[in-house]
Amino acid sequence: MADKKKISYGHELTKGILKENPVLRLVLGTCPTLATSTSVVNGVGMGIAATIVLICSNIVISALRKVIPSKARIPAYIVVIASFVTMVQMLVKAFVPALDKSLGVFLPLIVVNCIILGRAEAYAGKNPVLASACDGLGMGIGFTAALFCMGTVREILGAGTFLSGIDTMIGSFVDLKGFTGFDFTAGLSNVGLAPMTLFILPAGGFFVFGVLMALVNRIAEKNGHQKAVLQGCEGCPHASLCKLRTEKEGACEAPDNAENSGKEAAAQ
Amino acid sequence: MKFYIALLIMGILTQNFVLSKFLGICPFLGVSKKLKTAVGMSAAVIFVMLLATAVTFPLNSLLEDLNLGYLQTIVFILVIAALVQIVEIVLKKYVKSLYNALGIYLPLITTNCAVLGVVILNIDNITGYASQGISYGFGHAMVNSFAAGAGFMLAMVIFAGVRSKIETADVPKGLQGLPITLIAASIVSLSFLGFAGLVEGLGLL
Repeated sequence: MADKKKISYGHELTKGILKENPVLRLVLGTCPTLATSTSVVNGVGMGIAATIVLICSNIVISALRKVIPSKARIPAYIVVIASFVTMVQMLVKAFVPALDKSLGVFLPLIVVNCIILGRAEAYAGKNPVLASACDGLGMGIGFTAALFCMGTVREILGAGTFLSGIDTMIGSFVDLKGFTGFDFTAGLSNVGLAPMTLFILPAGGFFVFGVLMALVNRIAEKNGHQKAVLQGCEGCPHASLCKLRTEKEGACEAPDNAENSGKEAAAQ
Repeated sequence: MKFYIALLIMGILTQNFVLSKFLGICPFLGVSKKLKTAVGMSAAVIFVMLLATAVTFPLNSLLEDLNLGYLQTIVFILVIAALVQIVEIVLKKYVKSLYNALGIYLPLITTNCAVLGVVILNIDNITGYASQGISYGFGHAMVNSFAAGAGFMLAMVIFAGVRSKIETADVPKGLQGLPITLIAASIVSLSFLGFAGLVEGLGLL
Protein backbone atom coordinates (compact mmCIF):
# COMPACT_ATOMS: atom_id res chain seq x y z
CA MET A 1 0.00 0.00 0.00
CA ALA A 2 3.09 2.20 0.22
CA ASP A 3 3.17 2.81 -3.50
CA LYS A 4 -0.40 3.66 -4.34
CA LYS A 5 0.09 4.15 -8.07
CA LYS A 6 1.35 0.69 -8.67
CA ILE A 7 -1.26 -1.98 -8.06
CA SER A 8 -0.03 -5.46 -7.39
CA TYR A 9 -2.64 -7.75 -8.91
CA GLY A 10 -1.22 -10.70 -7.06
CA HIS A 11 -1.75 -8.91 -3.76
CA GLU A 12 -5.32 -7.91 -4.65
CA LEU A 13 -6.03 -11.51 -5.55
CA THR A 14 -4.51 -13.20 -2.52
CA LYS A 15 -5.44 -10.77 0.26
CA GLY A 16 -9.07 -11.93 0.24
CA ILE A 17 -8.13 -15.55 0.71
CA LEU A 18 -6.32 -15.34 4.04
CA LYS A 19 -5.34 -11.92 5.30
CA GLU A 20 -8.65 -10.21 4.65
CA ASN A 21 -10.88 -13.26 4.41
CA PRO A 22 -14.36 -11.74 4.19
CA VAL A 23 -16.02 -14.23 6.52
CA LEU A 24 -13.38 -15.11 9.06
CA ARG A 25 -11.45 -11.82 9.24
CA LEU A 26 -13.86 -9.09 8.16
CA VAL A 27 -16.96 -10.87 9.56
CA LEU A 28 -19.14 -10.10 6.55
CA GLY A 29 -21.74 -12.32 4.95
CA THR A 30 -22.46 -14.29 8.09
CA CYS A 31 -26.07 -15.14 7.14
CA PRO A 32 -25.30 -17.21 4.02
CA THR A 33 -22.23 -18.69 5.73
CA LEU A 34 -24.27 -20.10 8.58
CA ALA A 35 -27.28 -21.06 6.50
CA THR A 36 -25.70 -22.79 3.52
CA SER A 37 -22.78 -24.59 5.16
CA THR A 38 -24.81 -27.63 6.18
CA SER A 39 -22.91 -29.58 3.53
CA VAL A 40 -19.77 -28.99 1.50
CA VAL A 41 -21.53 -29.09 -1.85
CA ASN A 42 -24.16 -26.59 -0.71
CA GLY A 43 -21.61 -24.22 0.73
CA VAL A 44 -19.30 -24.32 -2.25
CA GLY A 45 -22.26 -23.88 -4.60
CA MET A 46 -23.27 -20.76 -2.67
CA GLY A 47 -19.65 -19.56 -2.69
CA ILE A 48 -19.33 -19.93 -6.46
CA ALA A 49 -22.64 -18.20 -7.12
CA ALA A 50 -21.64 -15.27 -4.90
CA THR A 51 -18.17 -15.14 -6.49
CA ILE A 52 -19.62 -14.79 -9.96
CA VAL A 53 -21.88 -11.95 -8.80
CA LEU A 54 -18.99 -10.35 -6.94
CA ILE A 55 -16.59 -10.36 -9.90
CA CYS A 56 -19.20 -9.09 -12.37
CA SER A 57 -20.55 -6.37 -10.09
CA ASN A 58 -17.03 -5.26 -9.15
CA ILE A 59 -16.11 -4.94 -12.83
CA VAL A 60 -19.22 -2.96 -13.77
CA ILE A 61 -19.16 -0.72 -10.70
CA SER A 62 -15.49 -0.02 -11.19
CA ALA A 63 -16.02 0.80 -14.87
CA LEU A 64 -18.84 3.18 -13.96
CA ARG A 65 -17.12 4.71 -10.94
CA LYS A 66 -16.65 8.08 -12.62
CA VAL A 67 -20.22 8.18 -13.94
CA ILE A 68 -22.09 7.31 -10.75
CA PRO A 69 -22.66 10.40 -8.59
CA SER A 70 -21.43 9.73 -5.10
CA LYS A 71 -24.73 10.66 -3.45
CA ALA A 72 -26.69 8.11 -5.48
CA ARG A 73 -24.05 5.41 -5.39
CA ILE A 74 -25.70 2.94 -2.98
CA PRO A 75 -28.93 2.61 -5.03
CA ALA A 76 -26.84 2.41 -8.20
CA TYR A 77 -24.69 -0.36 -6.72
CA ILE A 78 -27.79 -2.23 -5.60
CA VAL A 79 -29.27 -2.12 -9.11
CA VAL A 80 -26.04 -3.48 -10.63
CA ILE A 81 -25.76 -6.21 -8.01
CA ALA A 82 -29.44 -7.16 -8.25
CA SER A 83 -29.17 -7.50 -12.04
CA PHE A 84 -26.27 -9.93 -11.78
CA VAL A 85 -28.00 -11.87 -9.01
CA THR A 86 -31.05 -12.26 -11.26
CA MET A 87 -28.83 -13.58 -14.06
CA VAL A 88 -27.07 -16.03 -11.76
CA GLN A 89 -30.44 -17.10 -10.36
CA MET A 90 -31.69 -17.92 -13.87
CA LEU A 91 -28.50 -19.77 -14.79
CA VAL A 92 -28.60 -21.84 -11.60
CA LYS A 93 -32.29 -22.63 -12.11
CA ALA A 94 -31.59 -23.78 -15.65
CA PHE A 95 -28.38 -25.75 -15.20
CA VAL A 96 -28.17 -26.82 -11.53
CA PRO A 97 -31.78 -27.06 -10.31
CA ALA A 98 -30.67 -29.12 -7.29
CA LEU A 99 -28.59 -26.19 -6.05
CA ASP A 100 -31.49 -23.80 -6.58
CA LYS A 101 -33.61 -26.05 -4.40
CA SER A 102 -31.09 -26.44 -1.60
CA LEU A 103 -30.08 -22.76 -1.43
CA GLY A 104 -33.69 -21.63 -1.64
CA VAL A 105 -34.20 -18.07 -0.51
CA PHE A 106 -30.47 -17.52 -0.06
CA LEU A 107 -29.89 -17.42 -3.80
CA PRO A 108 -31.87 -14.19 -4.36
CA LEU A 109 -30.54 -12.94 -1.03
CA ILE A 110 -27.05 -12.66 -2.55
CA VAL A 111 -28.32 -9.15 -3.38
CA VAL A 112 -28.07 -8.11 0.24
CA ASN A 113 -24.89 -10.06 0.99
CA CYS A 114 -22.72 -7.56 2.87
CA ILE A 115 -19.57 -8.83 1.14
CA ILE A 116 -20.72 -7.71 -2.29
CA LEU A 117 -22.02 -4.26 -1.34
CA GLY A 118 -19.07 -3.92 1.03
CA ARG A 119 -16.51 -4.56 -1.72
CA ALA A 120 -18.33 -2.21 -4.09
CA GLU A 121 -18.22 0.51 -1.47
CA ALA A 122 -14.73 -0.16 -0.13
CA TYR A 123 -12.87 -1.13 -3.29
CA ALA A 124 -14.55 -1.23 -6.69
CA GLY A 125 -15.94 2.30 -6.40
CA LYS A 126 -12.43 3.69 -6.09
CA ASN A 127 -10.14 1.42 -8.10
CA PRO A 128 -9.54 0.48 -11.75
CA VAL A 129 -11.37 -2.35 -13.47
CA LEU A 130 -8.71 -5.07 -13.57
CA ALA A 131 -7.73 -4.57 -9.94
CA SER A 132 -11.40 -4.67 -8.93
CA ALA A 133 -11.90 -7.90 -10.83
CA CYS A 134 -8.90 -9.42 -9.01
CA ASP A 135 -10.27 -8.14 -5.71
CA GLY A 136 -13.66 -9.69 -6.46
CA LEU A 137 -12.13 -13.02 -7.43
CA GLY A 138 -9.91 -13.11 -4.34
CA MET A 139 -12.75 -12.21 -1.96
CA GLY A 140 -14.98 -14.75 -3.68
CA ILE A 141 -12.39 -17.48 -3.26
CA GLY A 142 -11.97 -16.48 0.38
CA PHE A 143 -15.74 -16.68 0.92
CA THR A 144 -15.91 -20.06 -0.82
CA ALA A 145 -12.95 -21.36 1.19
CA ALA A 146 -14.59 -20.34 4.47
CA LEU A 147 -17.81 -22.04 3.40
CA PHE A 148 -15.82 -25.13 2.43
CA CYS A 149 -14.20 -25.31 5.90
CA MET A 150 -17.50 -24.81 7.70
CA GLY A 151 -19.27 -27.26 5.39
CA THR A 152 -16.59 -29.92 5.84
CA VAL A 153 -16.76 -29.81 9.63
CA ARG A 154 -20.55 -29.67 9.76
CA GLU A 155 -21.16 -32.34 7.15
CA ILE A 156 -18.67 -34.88 8.52
CA LEU A 157 -19.73 -34.43 12.15
CA GLY A 158 -23.41 -33.81 11.54
CA ALA A 159 -24.33 -36.12 8.69
CA GLY A 160 -21.40 -38.53 8.56
CA THR A 161 -20.84 -37.85 4.88
CA PHE A 162 -18.41 -35.82 2.78
CA LEU A 163 -19.20 -34.22 -0.59
CA SER A 164 -22.59 -35.89 -0.59
CA GLY A 165 -24.85 -34.72 -3.37
CA ILE A 166 -21.93 -33.83 -5.63
CA ASP A 167 -23.50 -35.87 -8.43
CA THR A 168 -26.60 -33.67 -8.44
CA MET A 169 -24.48 -30.52 -8.70
CA ILE A 170 -21.83 -31.23 -11.30
CA GLY A 171 -22.94 -34.64 -12.50
CA SER A 172 -24.35 -33.20 -15.72
CA PHE A 173 -21.07 -31.46 -16.63
CA VAL A 174 -18.40 -33.88 -15.45
CA ASP A 175 -18.39 -37.66 -15.65
CA LEU A 176 -18.06 -38.68 -12.00
CA LYS A 177 -18.09 -42.41 -12.79
CA GLY A 178 -20.86 -43.04 -10.28
CA PHE A 179 -19.16 -41.15 -7.43
CA THR A 180 -21.79 -39.69 -5.11
CA GLY A 181 -19.62 -38.57 -2.21
CA PHE A 182 -18.18 -40.41 0.77
CA ASP A 183 -20.52 -41.95 3.31
CA PHE A 184 -19.16 -42.87 6.73
CA THR A 185 -22.50 -43.63 8.38
CA ALA A 186 -22.33 -47.38 7.76
CA GLY A 187 -18.79 -47.57 9.18
CA LEU A 188 -19.86 -45.50 12.19
CA SER A 189 -22.88 -47.61 13.00
CA ASN A 190 -20.66 -50.74 12.85
CA VAL A 191 -18.86 -49.42 15.92
CA GLY A 192 -22.10 -48.26 17.50
CA LEU A 193 -21.82 -44.55 16.65
CA ALA A 194 -24.15 -42.19 14.87
CA PRO A 195 -23.48 -38.75 13.38
CA MET A 196 -24.19 -35.78 15.67
CA THR A 197 -27.21 -34.27 13.95
CA LEU A 198 -26.77 -31.16 16.07
CA PHE A 199 -24.01 -29.97 13.77
CA ILE A 200 -26.25 -29.60 10.75
CA LEU A 201 -28.88 -27.86 12.85
CA PRO A 202 -28.73 -24.05 13.26
CA ALA A 203 -27.21 -24.32 16.74
CA GLY A 204 -24.31 -26.32 15.32
CA GLY A 205 -23.78 -23.67 12.66
CA PHE A 206 -23.26 -20.95 15.26
CA PHE A 207 -21.02 -23.25 17.30
CA VAL A 208 -18.76 -24.31 14.42
CA PHE A 209 -18.49 -20.70 13.26
CA GLY A 210 -17.51 -19.59 16.76
CA VAL A 211 -14.86 -22.26 17.14
CA LEU A 212 -13.49 -21.62 13.65
CA MET A 213 -13.33 -17.92 14.43
CA ALA A 214 -11.42 -18.62 17.66
CA LEU A 215 -8.97 -20.79 15.69
CA VAL A 216 -8.41 -18.16 13.01
CA ASN A 217 -8.00 -15.48 15.70
CA ARG A 218 -5.33 -17.62 17.36
CA ILE A 219 -3.42 -18.07 14.11
CA ALA A 220 -3.75 -14.38 13.28
CA GLU A 221 -2.50 -13.31 16.69
CA LYS A 222 0.46 -15.65 16.43
CA ASN A 223 1.39 -13.97 13.16
CA GLY A 224 1.04 -10.53 14.68
CA HIS A 225 -2.29 -9.60 13.12
CA GLN A 226 -5.31 -8.28 14.95
CA LYS A 227 -8.15 -10.46 16.12
CA ALA A 228 -11.23 -10.57 13.91
CA VAL A 229 -13.89 -8.27 15.27
CA LEU A 230 -17.13 -6.95 13.93
CA GLN A 231 -15.78 -4.03 12.00
CA GLY A 232 -17.80 -1.50 13.89
CA CYS A 233 -18.87 1.32 11.69
CA GLU A 234 -15.82 1.61 9.47
CA GLY A 235 -16.19 -1.79 7.82
CA CYS A 236 -19.95 -1.68 7.49
CA PRO A 237 -21.22 -1.11 3.95
CA HIS A 238 -24.12 0.87 5.39
CA ALA A 239 -21.90 3.29 7.27
CA SER A 240 -22.70 6.17 4.96
CA LEU A 241 -26.43 5.60 5.47
CA CYS A 242 -26.28 4.82 9.13
CA LYS A 243 -27.26 7.44 11.64
CA LEU A 244 -26.33 5.31 14.64
CA ARG A 245 -22.77 6.28 13.92
CA THR A 246 -23.39 9.96 14.46
CA GLU A 247 -25.83 9.51 17.33
CA LYS A 248 -23.04 8.03 19.44
CA GLU A 249 -25.33 5.33 20.73
CA GLY A 250 -22.54 2.85 20.42
CA ALA A 251 -24.87 0.39 18.79
CA CYS A 252 -22.32 -1.48 16.77
CA GLU A 253 -19.20 -2.99 18.19
CA ALA A 254 -16.72 -0.25 17.47
CA PRO A 255 -16.34 1.21 20.98
CA ASP A 256 -15.70 -2.23 22.38
CA ASN A 257 -12.88 -2.78 19.91
CA ALA A 258 -11.21 0.41 20.98
CA GLU A 259 -11.49 -0.76 24.55
CA ASN A 260 -10.03 -4.15 23.75
CA SER A 261 -7.11 -2.83 21.77
CA GLY A 262 -6.47 -0.41 24.59
CA LYS A 263 -6.34 -3.29 27.04
CA GLU A 264 -4.00 -5.24 24.80
CA ALA A 265 -1.72 -2.26 24.44
CA ALA A 266 -1.67 -1.86 28.21
CA ALA A 267 -0.85 -5.54 28.67
CA GLN A 268 2.13 -5.25 26.42
CA MET B 1 -58.04 -18.69 12.31
CA LYS B 2 -56.04 -21.80 13.21
CA PHE B 3 -53.69 -21.13 10.33
CA TYR B 4 -53.06 -17.57 11.51
CA ILE B 5 -52.09 -18.84 14.97
CA ALA B 6 -49.91 -21.50 13.37
CA LEU B 7 -48.13 -18.81 11.34
CA LEU B 8 -47.53 -16.74 14.47
CA ILE B 9 -46.12 -19.65 16.46
CA MET B 10 -43.93 -20.74 13.56
CA GLY B 11 -42.55 -17.27 12.95
CA ILE B 12 -41.81 -16.48 16.55
CA LEU B 13 -40.83 -19.82 18.05
CA THR B 14 -40.37 -22.89 15.87
CA GLN B 15 -38.91 -21.25 12.78
CA ASN B 16 -37.42 -18.17 14.35
CA PHE B 17 -36.00 -15.93 11.65
CA VAL B 18 -32.66 -15.34 13.31
CA LEU B 19 -32.06 -18.53 15.23
CA SER B 20 -33.27 -21.12 12.78
CA LYS B 21 -33.45 -19.42 9.39
CA PHE B 22 -30.24 -17.39 9.75
CA LEU B 23 -31.74 -14.20 8.40
CA GLY B 24 -30.63 -10.92 9.92
CA ILE B 25 -27.51 -12.24 11.64
CA CYS B 26 -25.59 -8.98 11.10
CA PRO B 27 -27.88 -6.82 13.27
CA PHE B 28 -28.31 -9.77 15.64
CA LEU B 29 -24.58 -9.75 16.34
CA GLY B 30 -23.95 -6.05 15.80
CA VAL B 31 -26.81 -4.22 17.47
CA SER B 32 -27.70 -6.58 20.30
CA LYS B 33 -25.28 -5.05 22.73
CA LYS B 34 -27.70 -2.73 24.47
CA LEU B 35 -31.31 -3.56 25.21
CA LYS B 36 -32.49 -0.13 24.12
CA THR B 37 -30.95 -0.29 20.65
CA ALA B 38 -31.97 -3.93 20.29
CA VAL B 39 -35.62 -3.05 20.92
CA GLY B 40 -35.51 0.04 18.69
CA MET B 41 -33.91 -1.86 15.85
CA SER B 42 -36.38 -4.74 16.06
CA ALA B 43 -39.37 -2.40 16.21
CA ALA B 44 -38.09 -0.76 13.04
CA VAL B 45 -37.63 -4.19 11.45
CA ILE B 46 -41.23 -5.20 12.26
CA PHE B 47 -42.45 -1.90 10.82
CA VAL B 48 -40.46 -2.23 7.59
CA MET B 49 -41.34 -5.91 7.19
CA LEU B 50 -45.08 -5.15 7.39
CA LEU B 51 -44.72 -2.20 5.06
CA ALA B 52 -42.60 -4.11 2.54
CA THR B 53 -45.00 -7.06 2.51
CA ALA B 54 -48.02 -4.81 2.12
CA VAL B 55 -46.49 -3.36 -1.03
CA THR B 56 -44.62 -6.27 -2.59
CA PHE B 57 -47.24 -8.97 -2.11
CA PRO B 58 -49.80 -7.31 -4.42
CA LEU B 59 -46.95 -6.16 -6.65
CA ASN B 60 -45.91 -9.77 -7.18
CA SER B 61 -49.25 -10.75 -8.68
CA LEU B 62 -48.92 -7.78 -11.02
CA LEU B 63 -45.47 -9.00 -12.07
CA GLU B 64 -46.83 -12.51 -12.57
CA ASP B 65 -49.67 -11.17 -14.73
CA LEU B 66 -47.19 -9.34 -16.91
CA ASN B 67 -45.00 -12.44 -17.14
CA LEU B 68 -42.16 -10.58 -15.46
CA GLY B 69 -41.76 -12.94 -12.51
CA TYR B 70 -38.03 -13.15 -13.12
CA LEU B 71 -37.66 -9.48 -12.19
CA GLN B 72 -38.83 -10.26 -8.66
CA THR B 73 -35.50 -9.80 -6.87
CA ILE B 74 -34.50 -6.55 -8.53
CA VAL B 75 -37.99 -5.01 -8.27
CA PHE B 76 -38.41 -5.97 -4.62
CA ILE B 77 -35.10 -4.59 -3.44
CA LEU B 78 -35.66 -1.30 -5.25
CA VAL B 79 -39.23 -0.98 -4.01
CA ILE B 80 -38.14 -1.65 -0.43
CA ALA B 81 -35.27 0.84 -0.68
CA ALA B 82 -37.46 3.58 -2.16
CA LEU B 83 -40.29 2.89 0.27
CA VAL B 84 -38.05 3.11 3.30
CA GLN B 85 -36.63 6.42 2.11
CA ILE B 86 -40.11 7.87 1.56
CA VAL B 87 -41.35 6.65 4.92
CA GLU B 88 -38.32 8.14 6.61
CA ILE B 89 -38.97 11.52 5.03
CA VAL B 90 -42.70 11.42 5.87
CA LEU B 91 -42.08 10.39 9.47
CA LYS B 92 -39.46 13.06 9.90
CA LYS B 93 -41.86 15.75 8.74
CA TYR B 94 -45.16 14.64 10.26
CA VAL B 95 -44.70 12.02 12.99
CA LYS B 96 -41.71 13.32 14.87
CA SER B 97 -42.07 11.02 17.89
CA LEU B 98 -42.13 7.86 15.79
CA TYR B 99 -39.19 9.15 13.78
CA ASN B 100 -37.19 9.71 16.94
CA ALA B 101 -37.88 6.17 18.06
CA LEU B 102 -37.37 4.30 14.78
CA GLY B 103 -35.99 6.76 12.26
CA ILE B 104 -32.32 6.21 12.80
CA TYR B 105 -32.66 2.51 12.11
CA LEU B 106 -34.67 2.81 8.93
CA PRO B 107 -31.98 3.33 6.25
CA LEU B 108 -29.84 0.69 7.89
CA ILE B 109 -32.38 -2.07 7.39
CA THR B 110 -33.16 -1.36 3.74
CA THR B 111 -30.57 -3.84 2.68
CA ASN B 112 -31.09 -6.15 5.63
CA CYS B 113 -31.50 -9.73 4.48
CA ALA B 114 -34.32 -10.35 6.97
CA VAL B 115 -36.57 -7.84 5.20
CA LEU B 116 -35.93 -9.04 1.65
CA GLY B 117 -36.01 -12.58 3.03
CA VAL B 118 -39.50 -12.32 4.52
CA VAL B 119 -40.83 -10.73 1.35
CA ILE B 120 -39.46 -13.50 -0.87
CA LEU B 121 -40.49 -16.24 1.56
CA ASN B 122 -44.05 -14.89 1.52
CA ILE B 123 -44.11 -15.31 -2.25
CA ASP B 124 -42.60 -18.81 -1.98
CA ASN B 125 -45.22 -19.69 0.62
CA ILE B 126 -48.02 -19.21 -1.93
CA THR B 127 -46.87 -22.23 -3.93
CA GLY B 128 -45.53 -24.02 -0.85
CA TYR B 129 -48.86 -24.03 0.97
CA ALA B 130 -50.89 -24.50 -2.20
CA SER B 131 -49.34 -27.97 -2.48
CA GLN B 132 -50.76 -28.70 1.00
CA GLY B 133 -54.16 -27.45 -0.09
CA ILE B 134 -53.99 -24.21 1.91
CA SER B 135 -54.54 -20.91 0.12
CA TYR B 136 -52.10 -18.28 1.26
CA GLY B 137 -53.36 -14.74 0.82
CA PHE B 138 -52.54 -11.18 1.72
CA GLY B 139 -53.72 -11.53 5.33
CA HIS B 140 -51.54 -14.58 5.86
CA ALA B 141 -48.56 -12.80 4.36
CA MET B 142 -49.03 -9.86 6.74
CA VAL B 143 -49.37 -12.12 9.78
CA ASN B 144 -46.34 -14.08 8.68
CA SER B 145 -44.32 -10.88 8.32
CA PHE B 146 -45.39 -9.68 11.74
CA ALA B 147 -44.48 -13.05 13.25
CA ALA B 148 -41.08 -12.95 11.55
CA GLY B 149 -40.43 -9.48 12.92
CA ALA B 150 -41.65 -10.40 16.39
CA GLY B 151 -39.39 -13.47 16.30
CA PHE B 152 -36.51 -11.21 15.37
CA MET B 153 -37.35 -8.96 18.32
CA LEU B 154 -37.58 -11.90 20.73
CA ALA B 155 -34.18 -13.20 19.63
CA MET B 156 -32.62 -9.74 19.86
CA VAL B 157 -34.00 -9.06 23.35
CA ILE B 158 -32.99 -12.48 24.69
CA PHE B 159 -29.56 -12.14 23.18
CA ALA B 160 -29.06 -8.62 24.56
CA GLY B 161 -29.63 -10.14 28.00
CA VAL B 162 -27.22 -12.99 27.33
CA ARG B 163 -24.55 -10.60 26.15
CA SER B 164 -24.80 -8.41 29.20
CA LYS B 165 -23.98 -11.54 31.24
CA ILE B 166 -21.02 -12.37 28.99
CA GLU B 167 -19.63 -8.88 29.57
CA THR B 168 -18.96 -9.68 33.21
CA ALA B 169 -18.08 -13.35 32.74
CA ASP B 170 -14.53 -14.68 32.83
CA VAL B 171 -14.14 -15.86 29.24
CA PRO B 172 -11.08 -17.94 28.21
CA LYS B 173 -8.64 -15.76 26.29
CA GLY B 174 -8.96 -17.59 23.00
CA LEU B 175 -12.73 -17.23 22.96
CA GLN B 176 -12.97 -13.57 23.91
CA GLY B 177 -14.93 -11.33 21.58
CA LEU B 178 -16.79 -12.79 18.65
CA PRO B 179 -16.21 -16.54 19.25
CA ILE B 180 -17.95 -16.54 22.64
CA THR B 181 -20.75 -14.40 21.21
CA LEU B 182 -21.32 -16.98 18.49
CA ILE B 183 -21.18 -19.88 20.93
CA ALA B 184 -23.70 -18.07 23.14
CA ALA B 185 -25.91 -17.63 20.06
CA SER B 186 -25.55 -21.37 19.46
CA ILE B 187 -26.86 -22.15 22.94
CA VAL B 188 -29.78 -19.72 22.57
CA SER B 189 -30.56 -21.35 19.23
CA LEU B 190 -30.35 -24.78 20.86
CA SER B 191 -32.95 -23.76 23.43
CA PHE B 192 -35.32 -22.78 20.62
CA LEU B 193 -35.06 -26.34 19.29
CA GLY B 194 -37.25 -27.25 22.23
CA PHE B 195 -40.21 -25.70 20.42
CA ALA B 196 -39.90 -28.10 17.48
CA GLY B 197 -43.15 -29.83 16.70
CA LEU B 198 -45.21 -27.34 18.69
CA VAL B 199 -47.44 -26.41 15.76
CA GLU B 200 -48.08 -30.01 14.77
CA GLY B 201 -48.54 -31.01 18.43
CA LEU B 202 -51.25 -28.40 18.94
CA GLY B 203 -52.95 -29.64 15.79
CA LEU B 204 -52.82 -26.23 14.17
CA LEU B 205 -51.54 -27.33 10.78
